[in-house]
Amino acid sequence: MLTLTSPVKTWAHRLPAWGKLLALCAYTVLLFALQAPLAMAVAALLPAALIASCGGSFAITSLRMLRPLWPFVAVVVLWHLWLGDSAGGAVVILRMLAAVLAANFVTMTTQLSQMIALIEWLARPLAPILSPRALALAIALVIRFIPVMLARTEAIAQAWRARSPRKPGWRILLPTTLAALDDADRVAEALRARGGAG
Amino acid sequence: MEKNLTHIALFAALIAVLGLVPKIELLSGVPITAQSMGVMLCGTVLGARRGALAVLLFLVLVAVGLPLLAGGRGGLGVFASPSVGFLIGFPVAAFVAGFIVERWTAPVGIAAFAGAVLGGIVVLYAFGIPGMAFMLDKSLAEATALSTPFFPGDLIKAGLTALVTRAIAQMRPGALLSRG
Repeated sequence: MLTLTSPVKTWAHRLPAWGKLLALCAYTVLLFALQAPLAMAVAALLPAALIASCGGSFAITSLRMLRPLWPFVAVVVLWHLWLGDSAGGAVVILRMLAAVLAANFVTMTTQLSQMIALIEWLARPLAPILSPRALALAIALVIRFIPVMLARTEAIAQAWRARSPRKPGWRILLPTTLAALDDADRVAEALRARGGAG
Repeated sequence: MEKNLTHIALFAALIAVLGLVPKIELLSGVPITAQSMGVMLCGTVLGARRGALAVLLFLVLVAVGLPLLAGGRGGLGVFASPSVGFLIGFPVAAFVAGFIVERWTAPVGIAAFAGAVLGGIVVLYAFGIPGMAFMLDKSLAEATALSTPFFPGDLIKAGLTALVTRAIAQMRPGALLSRG
């Protein structure tokens, strides 16, 4: 299944994942410490510059990933226009966009395998309760089963359409959940047969 | 041990699938995303601990860069958006929902509905609203006002979660891990 990493290779793809994440944390803390609109605008230039340095298609994808924020932007714009506090509104919107752009920049320039390796490294202190092998297996299982379960949900929806003039609605939730439960039992048996997950 | 692992992993996948299928249309044609139903189901079907772990696993995969949130959203950007409070509240919501179903000896359907409402709505919004208030520089009351349009849809989702959990208890009693 496709990840959100950009297929366009940029200079940032070569940087280590932990470094980018640390920089992102520091940048986000900085963003929330700034109050003035001018300072916020200057700070927002950083992710904009980083994204612009990666090329046109990268930039377009980055902007497209901002689309889910439009309801929040609309609410803030209307709210602050109505109150006459456009400076405050600008600060909120710039901070939101800068934070999301920076975070998405890290996501788009880091491979899935690097992120998973980082997660497993971070989970090492939990080794007594959560074995690293179990964590890796769990992640692999989720990734492997999402397309399988999607296909089965679609099959259930088609079975519904063959039996009913109405569109499939909430009622396919039950067979989908039951299928997940049955799959879980079967995969557990398969795991045990192969030596367990510990 | 393997059973716990596979149930947690597959229900994390279920939450993703419920975000990827087209929006379910309800009775009156109001579209809702089924993803938060997946979170409630994790709690009511798997129980508190496993349900919370399943949701946490789902969030780890979203953070790692997979577009598993409804609408194909994912990556670290969603944790920087105003709905981050809801994301953080998801595993807690599943835990509370599962806790109620595990501990309350009422019939499964009623316990599941109570769990879905208390966990999936009350606790979830207790995390989501302050998160939104903080990110948007609004007061708690204002953030609550912004969230109220979603309450009816969430109540319906809680009801559907209860129905599905009760049906599972009837059809596969052994599979309902929250009630042994």
